[in-house]
Amino acid sequence: MVAMVQVPAAVPATPDTGAVAPRSYLAEVRTRFLHNRAGMIAVSALVLLAVAALVAPLLSPYDPLIGNATRRLLPIGSAGHPLGTDEQGRDMLTRLLYGGRLSLLTGMLPVIVSTVIGTVIGATAGYLGGPVGAVLMRTMDMLYAFPAIMLAIAISASLGPGVTNSVLAISMVFIAPISRVAEAATRRVIFLEYIEAARLSGASTACILRSQVLPNIFNPIFVYASGLIGLSIVIASGLSFLGMGARPPVPEWGFMLNSLRGAIYVQPWVAALPGFLIFVTSMSCNMMSDALRDALDIKDA
Amino acid sequence: MTMPTGHSDATNALTPPGTGWRSASDGATPSPATRTQSPVLLRVEGLRKRFSVRTGLCSKAYVSAVDNVSFTVEAGTTLGIVGETGCGKSTTARLVLGLIEPDAGSVAFEGVDVQTLTGPRRKTVRRNMQMVFQDPYSALNPRMSIGESIAFPLRVHGYSKAEQRERIEILLQQVGLHSQHASYYPHQMSGGQRQRVNIARALALEPRLVIADEAVSALDKSVQAQVLNLLTDLQERLQLTYIFISHDLNVVQYMSDRVLVMYLGQIVEHCTPEALYAAPLHPYTKALLASIPDVNPDQPPAAPLEGELPSPLSPPSGCRFRTRCAAAMPVCAAARPPMLQERPGHFVACHLYGPSAPAGTDEGHIPLTNH
Repeated sequence: MVAMVQVPAAVPATPDTGAVAPRSYLAEVRTRFLHNRAGMIAVSALVLLAVAALVAPLLSPYDPLIGNATRRLLPIGSAGHPLGTDEQGRDMLTRLLYGGRLSLLTGMLPVIVSTVIGTVIGATAGYLGGPVGAVLMRTMDMLYAFPAIMLAIAISASLGPGVTNSVLAISMVFIAPISRVAEAATRRVIFLEYIEAARLSGASTACILRSQVLPNIFNPIFVYASGLIGLSIVIASGLSFLGMGARPPVPEWGFMLNSLRGAIYVQPWVAALPGFLIFVTSMSCNMMSDALRDALDIKDA
Repeated sequence: MTMPTGHSDATNALTPPGTGWRSASDGATPSPATRTQSPVLLRVEGLRKRFSVRTGLCSKAYVSAVDNVSFTVEAGTTLGIVGETGCGKSTTARLVLGLIEPDAGSVAFEGVDVQTLTGPRRKTVRRNMQMVFQDPYSALNPRMSIGESIAFPLRVHGYSKAEQRERIEILLQQVGLHSQHASYYPHQMSGGQRQRVNIARALALEPRLVIADEAVSALDKSVQAQVLNLLTDLQERLQLTYIFISHDLNVVQYMSDRVLVMYLGQIVEHCTPEALYAAPLHPYTKALLASIPDVNPDQPPAAPLEGELPSPLSPPSGCRFRTRCAAAMPVCAAARPPMLQERPGHFVACHLYGPSAPAGTDEGHIPLTNH
């Protein structure tokens, strides 16, 4: 007991500086992400699809809109058409490459738009709480009550067909779930002492939200949003399948799947190709978001 | 607990020689001449705060967290506040700092009622009152580097990038860290180091009053001693005024010039730490002192304080301590004991003293004492 009491005296007041290499949080996350094999495969697949869609004119000699009526529904592996042709004799590979432009756009854009809006709504509601927070979140709950695809169809139908409107419709569908994730994350953060410290410094609410709250709620939101990309592509494909998204003859995976439906007994493999790409993209997004969650979760302290 | 001697020399040794200390007295703070008169820096009067708690769908109950708390703190001194968990120490701190709005009462800083101020005037007064937080883990933003965390208050007050960098370096040296630590992230530092950063951030705006809320409770005993010594050292150098909140009587005694003992949101005793140890008056204070483990193994363990802390939802009538007090009398349930000066500079709120004292009673007759 006596010895214990003397411990403080015996310990010299050294600066308790551990020999820790200063390494930033982001550097740590990047290393961990790069070491995740499944994540890297998913990212490579997405990058490959995006680049291929962008440089499609360089990869294919055909026009995606003009077909050859004498060469309709050729099987996979035909001479000159490695992935066959569709019901109008257009080269499938070309159409799939060009189709990636719209499909990836309608996958990414709604997620980006809804993440920005949803985060602002959720963080504000979470930080302010009280009546303002209640009104905001109950409004979101009302949107959330509808099944995602039903809501997208309803909004899209009222706005009219077209790519812009389908992007808008999907964005609105995603705002509610993202704002709920943001609100929950904010409510966990605001009772921590560093928020009080920021308030003591005299910072405004907007400043605290931006510099103290946002960086700490961004992880769950980002992980959730990256998982939505796949869903967004599926919904966008569904909308164009129903004739509310991209208009023919512009290639888009969802619509291509729809129009090749009739050929499913003639050329089942060709008809399944757009669906396969939708599957690959949405799987890759989910795998990327899983890898990201693992990488970001260093130890939240 | 024995505090190490010669500690402050060791703490000083952490500071590289030739460091230009920017003292908090640059500018507006009083000169040593005025300090000797110890003007009242902070005057808190009749502070009251109730929190509403939902008990059912439409019913609410109120927790009386702080009830009629008044005290003053003189410039350059340290006021210690002790009490059990949940006695309203932290709420008092947050009320003083304006993090929570009080239901009643006033907080006057240098004679200016802080609550009546608005806008930039309020911001100017508020920057003079800062806080060192309890939990070294949640007190620092995990996504901000140490430098960014310390510079945040400076950024809010519009200091330039160069000024911020200069100030970060000075502050890190003042709290015994290296300037390279500015690029570290909180998860790369130990609890003691984080608490030093926490202190550096509190000092960033050159405050006059620093409230340390359980600032060392989460640390190991040896690191506690280092941080306490750092705090006393900084107090001397920067002429800081502290409100030091802790549940640890030893720590409060070591740090304080005056001590407040709180129980269930009320002040029960107010005196110097010497008087608190030598001649405690309130039965609760005596029980608290008796509960400190003694280093002497031959000393029989003191009788523990009986009963639970009553629910703050329905505090006992009259004296709030009466349900656990061995010396409770009928008057204790009927009337709230007033705060009386029993001895010079020694205040107590207990019916055992003053006009309502039972005939022939003095503190010698009160059970619970082991001093």
